[in-house]
Amino acid sequence: MATLTLPVEEKKKSKINEQEALITGAEAIAIACKLANVDVVTAYPIRPYDTVMQYISQLVADGEMDCEYIVAEGEHSQFEIVKHASVCGARVFCGSSGVGWMYAMEALTVSPALRVPMVCMVGNRALDDPGAFGVEHNDALAVRDLGWLLTWVDSAQEALDTALIAYRVAEDRRIFVPLAISCDGAFLTHSQALVKIPAAELVKKFLPAYNRGDLLLHPDNVISVAPQANEDWVMEIRRQNYKVTEVACDVIREVYAEFEHTFGRKYGNPFFEEYMTEGADVVLLGMGTMSTPVKVAVRKLREEGKKVGFVRLRWFRPFAGPEIAKCLERFKAVGVIDRDFSFGSPDLSGVVATGVRSAMYSSSSTRPPVIGFIGGLGGREITVPDVETMTDIVFRAAKGKAQPLTQWFGLRE
Amino acid sequence: MGQLFAVEVVYRGVFQKTLAKNITRDIVLAAHNEGKLGISFGRYGDAPERNGIPAKSFAIVANDEQTLEEGMAQYEPKHVDLTVVLDDTLSKGAESWAWYGLQPVHHALKPGATLIVISQEDAPALLKNIHRRDKAYKLAILKGITSFSGMWVFKDDHTDVRVLGAIASALPQLFSLNSVLQFINEKLKSELKVISARNAFDRFSTVDVPAGQGNPEELFKFELPGWDHMRDGVSIKGQPQGGPYADPVTGEVGGFRPARNELFKKYSTRSMRPVVNFSTCTKCTLCGLNCPDASFDITPDGHYDANLESCCGCGICEEVCPVKECVTMVNESEFHDNKSQWEAFRKDKDAYLNWLETTIAKASPIEKRSHGFRYRGQYQEQVPEALEVARKG
Repeated sequence: MATLTLPVEEKKKSKINEQEALITGAEAIAIACKLANVDVVTAYPIRPYDTVMQYISQLVADGEMDCEYIVAEGEHSQFEIVKHASVCGARVFCGSSGVGWMYAMEALTVSPALRVPMVCMVGNRALDDPGAFGVEHNDALAVRDLGWLLTWVDSAQEALDTALIAYRVAEDRRIFVPLAISCDGAFLTHSQALVKIPAAELVKKFLPAYNRGDLLLHPDNVISVAPQANEDWVMEIRRQNYKVTEVACDVIREVYAEFEHTFGRKYGNPFFEEYMTEGADVVLLGMGTMSTPVKVAVRKLREEGKKVGFVRLRWFRPFAGPEIAKCLERFKAVGVIDRDFSFGSPDLSGVVATGVRSAMYSSSSTRPPVIGFIGGLGGREITVPDVETMTDIVFRAAKGKAQPLTQWFGLRE
Repeated sequence: MGQLFAVEVVYRGVFQKTLAKNITRDIVLAAHNEGKLGISFGRYGDAPERNGIPAKSFAIVANDEQTLEEGMAQYEPKHVDLTVVLDDTLSKGAESWAWYGLQPVHHALKPGATLIVISQEDAPALLKNIHRRDKAYKLAILKGITSFSGMWVFKDDHTDVRVLGAIASALPQLFSLNSVLQFINEKLKSELKVISARNAFDRFSTVDVPAGQGNPEELFKFELPGWDHMRDGVSIKGQPQGGPYADPVTGEVGGFRPARNELFKKYSTRSMRPVVNFSTCTKCTLCGLNCPDASFDITPDGHYDANLESCCGCGICEEVCPVKECVTMVNESEFHDNKSQWEAFRKDKDAYLNWLETTIAKASPIEKRSHGFRYRGQYQEQVPEALEVARKG
């Protein structure tokens, strides 16, 4: 892949043109859509995703953004419309939350095989015990085996940057599959923070136009998409999607390097962020905005002389198994905090803990104990004292004392 | 391993679905009277709810549970001890809705095994259609009118028990005539059916078909591409538009022939085909407009010529044609190629019209010719005639 190089003067200019704004994570993604010059946006309200559709509609109404903005009659149509638009060559954006996402499930399941690089925002939300709209990760995780790329962000800045990265990754011809950016409801979607907004001309350089090539549905490229496929074809179609997951880590690495080169903002390892892991005996691992209380607790514990660190997983699909295992085997024990559940799974753990254990089993020679914690469901907070207690448990495991493999936190007894 | 038997019944979707299901079920039940075990099932990749689509139903029988399990270890039997063909126009080849090329009707038949065809034709006529193979086999003709009915309708014309009687003779190891008769007495409770089964058993005879004898046509087939050689995005190349073509006599170029997928052909779904009288045709265009598959080529002189590599034989053209006997559906057994009728007409008008007259004359009146259900009570009316043919058979 050709590397984008910018003259020094232009880099300076971009710094000048860079603006700072106090915006929510949802607003940050709306601005990324504007910068990415998205062609078709579909919307259907459900909290907390609906904040992003509100911001985009405002950008359109203010004349700042030019796109087809379609309010569908439900999430299923919402995702079907962008699927078709994407096949016709449009750069698309949509998203949903909780059971809205589930209502779109049929469209979600067929999009990876059709090689549709739709970028979506999932405002993570509980799977509706009546009216529950607090954060929980099971909505986005429902598509984890179906060929989607899934990433979790923990700040408005990262939301904006990841949305730009998402288009570049998804629209890479080697990938061409849908990608969902998960933003924790309330903590990220509804909280304003200071965000650096990159200059439009730099985004233009970073993000080439979406080129669907031979898969473009157009009168000049006569193809038929999704004809009847029977048992003679389905395995081959699945194998094509498997190939995407084989190369996805490499493509993501390339794009993050390009991003850093273009905008100057560093994310280090694209797949996970390490916080105070140097010299740590044990670490905690989790996704999304739980990073804030965990980091605060880690700092506090460090001051008390407890050598604990934190690993925040950014990409759940692809799951960078060998890299994650290599990182975690440096420690004597690992605690995984799941803001999700996977009822009946091995060890009755959450989805992330199950994935981490699996990665450690195949890619680590030392295999430190992995303790699973389930907490923060339905929008409940994961508190600093919770994290301190979790850390104590992980330390006990590190000393060889058997611990229950899955424990619930923040639960009313 | 004990003895294992596989029987396949090749039939036409919708019209014979219930019949085929009943036959394979009855095979298992008749064999069970001798203590054997078995299962019967339809091929899952088929679409037997689509008009005329060739489809298959199977019976697997064994004399012990473990052997049966070995027979069930592959879903679709690759080698069968007996093939029963319920419609003789399937002799031209059968392929399911899950299209992977044309397969000869004896595709899965073991060498030396028996192919039973229900037909009013004789062996030489059927062998014009049944493809040659490199292993000898036996051909048995069970004389009878093709039993066609509806998706959920069973036409009780004794085809089911006649097939059972024939099987008892062709493959006595599977079950004896006594087991068949016991099954009919206990389950179907019909003395007439006992007679039909016994007649079919008594009159059963086979013709030896040596290797290499039969229809020499090269079977239409193609290779399925590997996952990294096929297009991704579940997409296929579309068809170009099609265009005008030349009159074989004058060379005049005109009309319109739609482009068609080279790999996807549906002619094995056809039990009848339209023949067109170009001399009475008024060029009203109705047949072409109403054809659900755009199977008509518009000729340079404005006629509508059924393209027989594309036509699936639904008969809508015949129904909408306003001119008497201008478009006539004729049983597929009258034909041995898919050549253009219009070209034959252009090259020798008189010869074509003579051929047309004899061909149409062979077709019975419209209500009997049709494989469709035309009016209430039609099937019941047809039963006596079917029984008469079977009685003589």
